[in-house]
Amino acid sequence: MELLAFGDTGWGDELFYATLMTIAVSITAMFIGFLFALIFTPLKLSKNKFLNFIANSYTTIIRGVPELLVIYLFFFGGTGAVMFVASIFGYNEYIEINAFVTGAFAIGIISGAYSTEVFRGAIQSIDKGQFEAANVLGLNKFGKFVKIILPQTLRLAIPNLSNVWQITLKDTSLISVTGLVEIMRQSYIAAGSTRDPLFFYSFAAVLYLVLTFVSMKLINRLETKYSRGY
Amino acid sequence: MDLELMIDSLPKLLNAAVITLKLLSVSLIIGLFIGLFFAILRLNKNIFINRFAYAYSYIFRGTPLLVQIFIIYFGLGQIEYLRSTVLWVILKEPYWCAIIAFSLNTGAYTSEILRSAFQTIKPGIIEAGKSLGISNKVIFYKIQIPIAIRQSLPAYGNEIILMMKGTSLASTVTLMDLTGVAKYIISTTFKPIEVFIVAGGIYLFMTFIIHNVIKFLEKKYSFN
Repeated sequence: MELLAFGDTGWGDELFYATLMTIAVSITAMFIGFLFALIFTPLKLSKNKFLNFIANSYTTIIRGVPELLVIYLFFFGGTGAVMFVASIFGYNEYIEINAFVTGAFAIGIISGAYSTEVFRGAIQSIDKGQFEAANVLGLNKFGKFVKIILPQTLRLAIPNLSNVWQITLKDTSLISVTGLVEIMRQSYIAAGSTRDPLFFYSFAAVLYLVLTFVSMKLINRLETKYSRGY
Repeated sequence: MDLELMIDSLPKLLNAAVITLKLLSVSLIIGLFIGLFFAILRLNKNIFINRFAYAYSYIFRGTPLLVQIFIIYFGLGQIEYLRSTVLWVILKEPYWCAIIAFSLNTGAYTSEILRSAFQTIKPGIIEAGKSLGISNKVIFYKIQIPIAIRQSLPAYGNEIILMMKGTSLASTVTLMDLTGVAKYIISTTFKPIEVFIVAGGIYLFMTFIIHNVIKFLEKKYSFN
């Protein structure tokens, strides 16, 4: 237990901050994923073959290639890409991208591919009559989407989005390879300096279990809220 | 684009893909037995056995695979007692540690897939078997298991693909699998995009093959 003490003698406070970091990266990545889903879901549902192809390539590639490989691409390629863009604008100094941004972006793109599939499935399973009814009511495109389609999509999507959240949360452990101090990285540091990897990695496992358990409870509440009337 | 590098690295990456496939197939075979075993425990009426199987699948599904590998590879070696037993021959090898972690992980997911498949079998089918005077054991092996396997094929296909991606974590415990070699080439040449295209292409090709084999099996064993 001494190993987990807060302050200079133990690793309690470090692990606590690392847990907050994991939560922060997961939420940011999930949010970035939603932004990607917002772009790619309409492309997937579009009637244009070319747009379909773009969206399908995105989801197929990301879901077929290991997360770790995507992270390495961003970790090693991110700085180069940003510096290339900056050089177009005439800025030639070295730019270091922060590990948080790289990590959240890499995991966000992965999470976005799964979210896109979830939203596509949810929108497709909404009854056709709902679209027709919205047209009959004379709603414009925006009103139709926000008032009729979106609330129903959310209800259908939440159970599957909770799976995406679990995947995203667990995937953030892979960012530890880039040096961002989240749960895995902090456990690695603590395990190295105390020579007690069994304890610290097991404790990391417990932290992840707590995170998944608590988030499940919260999502279940959300689910009940959105399925009122069903 | 450095085409020369892409062509040069292709044979190295293909060689590494063999290790990936080895890790995948061995883990899947062991994982299938673990999964079947725990799925049967989950259906047991004894609450302790039942809870035990649930706890197993909950823990392995609720924690990242990376933690599981690290506990087995770095953690278990710390126990003095284990070092003196025969088990140490296996546990000191990163290859076997990775296999153990992958098998236990995929076993947990497989047990959930099989459990839900068993539960969706209509009781009428089992009753029909009973009324024909077939023993419970034969009903289980000859009726329930084949139906459950058919039911779980689509979900299991997804699990195989997820596991294939999971084997990339073997590179974190010094194994040179496809991702490990890709990372090595990236860090020596600083050409991430080219290497990503080749390595990613090999992964996609494997995903494509697995996807189609499962589709073929689904068709072959479909009920109508």
